[in-house]
Amino acid sequence: MNLSPDQLILWQYGFLHLNETIVTTWLLMLAMTAGAMLVTRKLATDGNISRWQGALEIIVIGIKQQIEEVGLANPEKYLGFLGTLFLFVATASVCTIIPGYAPPTGSLSTTAALALCVFVAVPLFGIAQQGLGSYLKSYLEPTLLMLPFNIISELSRTLALAVRLFGNMMSGAMIIAILLTITPFLFPLVMTLLGLLTGMVQAYIFSILATVYIAAGMQVRTPDSAMTPQKQATSINNPKEAPHG
Amino acid sequence: MDSMTIIAIVSIFTAGITIAIGVIGPALGEGRAVATALTSLAQQPDASATITRTLFVGLAMIESTAIYCFVVSMILIFANPFWNHVISQAAGK
Repeated sequence: MNLSPDQLILWQYGFLHLNETIVTTWLLMLAMTAGAMLVTRKLATDGNISRWQGALEIIVIGIKQQIEEVGLANPEKYLGFLGTLFLFVATASVCTIIPGYAPPTGSLSTTAALALCVFVAVPLFGIAQQGLGSYLKSYLEPTLLMLPFNIISELSRTLALAVRLFGNMMSGAMIIAILLTITPFLFPLVMTLLGLLTGMVQAYIFSILATVYIAAGMQVRTPDSAMTPQKQATSINNPKEAPHG
Repeated sequence: MDSMTIIAIVSIFTAGITIAIGVIGPALGEGRAVATALTSLAQQPDASATITRTLFVGLAMIESTAIYCFVVSMILIFANPFWNHVISQAAGK
């Protein structure tokens, strides 16, 4: 039994291997890019917009609202990165309804790459927002003693992001494969449905966690701005309470 | 028992024990989290968006510990480095 789609090699020449993960990732990227280009080729601003444009607007506005609710002001700046993360993970898991398809997110290399993108993006956005010195100083909060723990939490949450997505996707595919050998008809179908649901939830969680991490790296240290009542109401935007799991 | 048998027994046994014990904690934790979230949803239906989002993120956090156990037991069964080492030794003979 294959633990991940990495082990299924479709084509190889010398040291070059082309496994299923790479092929499905590129096919997904092509499909998503081509779809977005086809939809945005003729955009309309008057009343009769096309159905596809309506669907795309719903997605984009929904992602924007979610980013705003977490506490990032000015969400257009992050929409490209976070929206891409969400859409890629979501499409990768929704496509499991295609027979013979293995989600590329069920391979640890894909999820590690996505998590590394988040790992790099957090300091980049933080430095762009508050400057290099001020960002580096946030590692010394609250005291100098906490420096190693801040660094460890940065690394461990990246590992957690990668392993969580990989584990969920891999376990879904594995359970369906095991059930297929035991009870061939009904139960694999039900588990596939459940897999679609968990896939969407995981996509949501992956992007919302990336948003929370970016928001935690953006905090400018002014006593007023962090403690206004509205911001307390939106709960998870305080860097001290940001989850590190 | 030769070392091959010992490695096989220990791997399979540890895989089962890992997932069995490792799932207890997250199950209790998720149950508590959902119960508390339902209570607060019943008390404050207006805050449902915030509660639901925080609940999902929290559940993912709790669940990830169970997922780690699952990944470890899957590695022990399907991609065990010690087992692969024994197999390659046996093939080399």
